[in-house]
Amino acid sequence: MATANSSRTAFWRGARDAGPFVLVAGPFGALFGVVATEAGLNLTQVMGFSVVVIAGASQLAALQLMLDQAPAVIVLLSAIAVNLRMAMYSASLAPHLGAASLWQRALVAYMNVDQTYAVSVLKYEDAPQMGLGERLGYFFGTCVPIIPVWIVATYVGALLGEAIPGDWDITFAVPVAFLAMVAPALRTGAHIAAAAASVVLAIAFGGLPYNLGLLPAGIGAMIVGAEVERRMGARFTPPAGSGK
Amino acid sequence: MTGWSGTEIWLIIVALGVATYAIRFSFLGLIGNRELPDWLLRHLRYTPVAILPALVTPGVLWPAGSDGALSLPHIAAALVAVGVGYWRKSAVLAALCGVLAFVAVSAVL
Repeated sequence: MATANSSRTAFWRGARDAGPFVLVAGPFGALFGVVATEAGLNLTQVMGFSVVVIAGASQLAALQLMLDQAPAVIVLLSAIAVNLRMAMYSASLAPHLGAASLWQRALVAYMNVDQTYAVSVLKYEDAPQMGLGERLGYFFGTCVPIIPVWIVATYVGALLGEAIPGDWDITFAVPVAFLAMVAPALRTGAHIAAAAASVVLAIAFGGLPYNLGLLPAGIGAMIVGAEVERRMGARFTPPAGSGK
Repeated sequence: MTGWSGTEIWLIIVALGVATYAIRFSFLGLIGNRELPDWLLRHLRYTPVAILPALVTPGVLWPAGSDGALSLPHIAAALVAVGVGYWRKSAVLAALCGVLAFVAVSAVL
């Protein structure tokens, strides 16, 4: 009984600690809903993205490339590449939650997004005495102000998008949303170098058709970031204020 | 959405969802406590900042409908979003200011 109680306490503590991220999940969910609806997706498709994928940056990436009429393979590879960082989240949660049952780990994986990951892993490192039940409770608690809010906000955004007159072209907001997400994430010189290399390489490969330049530009910029970090000895801190 | 059938859109949603889930499940679900090599972690942590700017650069410099000409409102919106986001560390504020910059510069031109 004591364990059930401490898990419940941890759950509510997690919900409270992740509370401020309502301000990230809400507006970005709404933004995706508006932009995707304006781009011509119907309500079910918009909701499908936010429920099935739950990763705003890759959802917007897919949307942008579909608007650019890129081939489906490029749409998918690029959107998946945007989510590769989550392999790192998965690996870093494994020592803390690896002993949980398969279905619990499967559920954690579904809701392992930037904010739930960042809040939880910082807590685990800060409080190594937490038991497995408390850790799981805490993680699921952090999901409360983020995952349902993300989904509801997408819905509200989609309804707003339908209300916006059809002759308003707001697709310019897609790059703005991305840059708004990336800029607060430029925490170290290595991040800034990677982002700068990304822009320069995108211009250099800009002549290639079907956005084919995106993958070499992205991979090149990753190498630049990793190399600058290696030379500077910079250390990783999990993202806190960035978008999903 | 122009150029995409409903089936194609759903295929993209489902494939992206399955792939994203597989990434999230990967180590936690299958590999347990084994650690990733440092060099791989070092590259993975730059994926968002390496890919997203390259993704939007063409849309900012050569937006659809401008026939390859530079568009001042797009560039102003991008610079303001980056500047405000970096300075204030708030993605929401940065997006709002970027949109306002686009509207303001479009109105002036």
